[in-house]
Amino acid sequence: MELYDIIFYLVALMVVVSAAIVVGSKNIVRAAYSLLFTFLGVAGIYILLGADFIGVTQLMVYVGGILILLLFGIMLTNKVYSVDIRRENAYIIPSIVIVGIFAAFLIFVMTETNWVTADPTFPNTTVFELGKTLLVHYSIIFEILAIVLLIALIGAATLARNDNKER
Amino acid sequence: MYDLLTNLLGNQIVAYVIAASLPLIFVLTFVLFAVLAERKVSAHMQDRLGPMRVGWHGIIQTLADMLKLLQKEDIVPEGADKTLFNLAPLLTFLGTYAAFAAIPFAGIYVGSSTAIGIYYVTAVSGLVVAGLLLAGWASDNKYSLYGAMRTAAQIVSYEIPTAIAILTMVMVSGTLSLMKISDMQTAHFWNWWILGGPETGIVKFLLIPFMIITFLIYYISSLAEVNRTPFDLPEAESELVSGYHTEYSGMKFAFFFLAEYANMFAVSAIAVTLFLGGFHSPIGYLGHSLGIDWLVPVEQFFWFTFKGTALVFVQMWLRWTLPRVRVDQLMVICWKYLIPYAVVNLIIVGIITLL
Repeated sequence: MELYDIIFYLVALMVVVSAAIVVGSKNIVRAAYSLLFTFLGVAGIYILLGADFIGVTQLMVYVGGILILLLFGIMLTNKVYSVDIRRENAYIIPSIVIVGIFAAFLIFVMTETNWVTADPTFPNTTVFELGKTLLVHYSIIFEILAIVLLIALIGAATLARNDNKER
Repeated sequence: MYDLLTNLLGNQIVAYVIAASLPLIFVLTFVLFAVLAERKVSAHMQDRLGPMRVGWHGIIQTLADMLKLLQKEDIVPEGADKTLFNLAPLLTFLGTYAAFAAIPFAGIYVGSSTAIGIYYVTAVSGLVVAGLLLAGWASDNKYSLYGAMRTAAQIVSYEIPTAIAILTMVMVSGTLSLMKISDMQTAHFWNWWILGGPETGIVKFLLIPFMIITFLIYYISSLAEVNRTPFDLPEAESELVSGYHTEYSGMKFAFFFLAEYANMFAVSAIAVTLFLGGFHSPIGYLGHSLGIDWLVPVEQFFWFTFKGTALVFVQMWLRWTLPRVRVDQLMVICWKYLIPYAVVNLIIVGIITLL
């Protein structure tokens, strides 16, 4: 498992570094492109954990969809890239305290929980099981989610429509 | 393929690196010849001769061009964001090359025979859009930005009919694995999915017209996805100088060129795998009938590149035949024609496969 570990740490490093750039960068386009590498790294971690379908969906939805829309928004907005993003460090001490408490809580939970360990063999693919679960056991929820998305689409189209009567 | 390479080399990491660079060798060779082919095809269609000076009928013209591009000064515009400007060609090529990881060139020549191959290929093509948008923005040039905007709008729109056409094929074949889809279409050309696939009886004949429609929808929208004429608005010379790569010169320009031609082959390879039998021979294998085992993968590789190159040739043919569409026509073709047809086609094919 040596190679596996090396790849894991490379991907994890990529996620952490790029996420730090997203938070710290003054330039909004650079921040957006760092986010691209964060998404790629997270997809890589999913795939390393054996969740191939989730990993590729991460790529499809976040890189192919959300990030492109984000970039579109940034680039179509006039002069947004010449505006400095406010990132003064206010409330340093309270934030350190809160983050510290939260981190300690998370570490406590992670170390003290009696984790259920699954068998270490990776499934060849998760697609079939995932498909069965979604379309057999949770089919109604799946359909309702689809309707929610459809409503969102229709709503967006209605809001964006150019109504000639009101002109 | 990894087991073979690991046994051969004795080191897992070296085996992975070699397996990852094998498609690169193919891509570079392909681009070298495709660029020449494009110039020759365009020339002969316009009753010219094309490049004739370097080598026999200009056969090493691209090599000379490559040398010239390598020597060129690397110019970065003054207002450009240097880091992002340099990152853009790499990101674009990364997205294109990542797709080659899942494309089966032959039974043993495939980067990853993952069970979600076609889904993966569709997903990584999103990286190309990010790279092109970055190129347009980082250049600090209004023509580049316009080109990048058009590219993104076009690719994001045409991803929908492409995805629906692929979904149709996933539905009839019942798998996302490119390897399994290829293996379904083995033996003879009447087993190709465009001719109804390995189905039998009435279902096969009912499927044929709808499979041809699916193929056409996929092919048209893949033309738009790789920015080829009649959908080459992002680099429309008469309007935008040359779109997102206006400011690029030397090797960085060569990278965009490489990505564009590699992408042309990638979409053709997906079309071949889904509809035209993948790497399988249409007429049976010489290796099987002669009893020479090592000949079969060679034949498979030959058939795959032959079919892929034939589709790339059709792309070139269309480029030098059709005029460019307008922006509004581009959107009308996608949203008012391709998507409704693709959805109706999907439903009809679904009903037929239930028969």
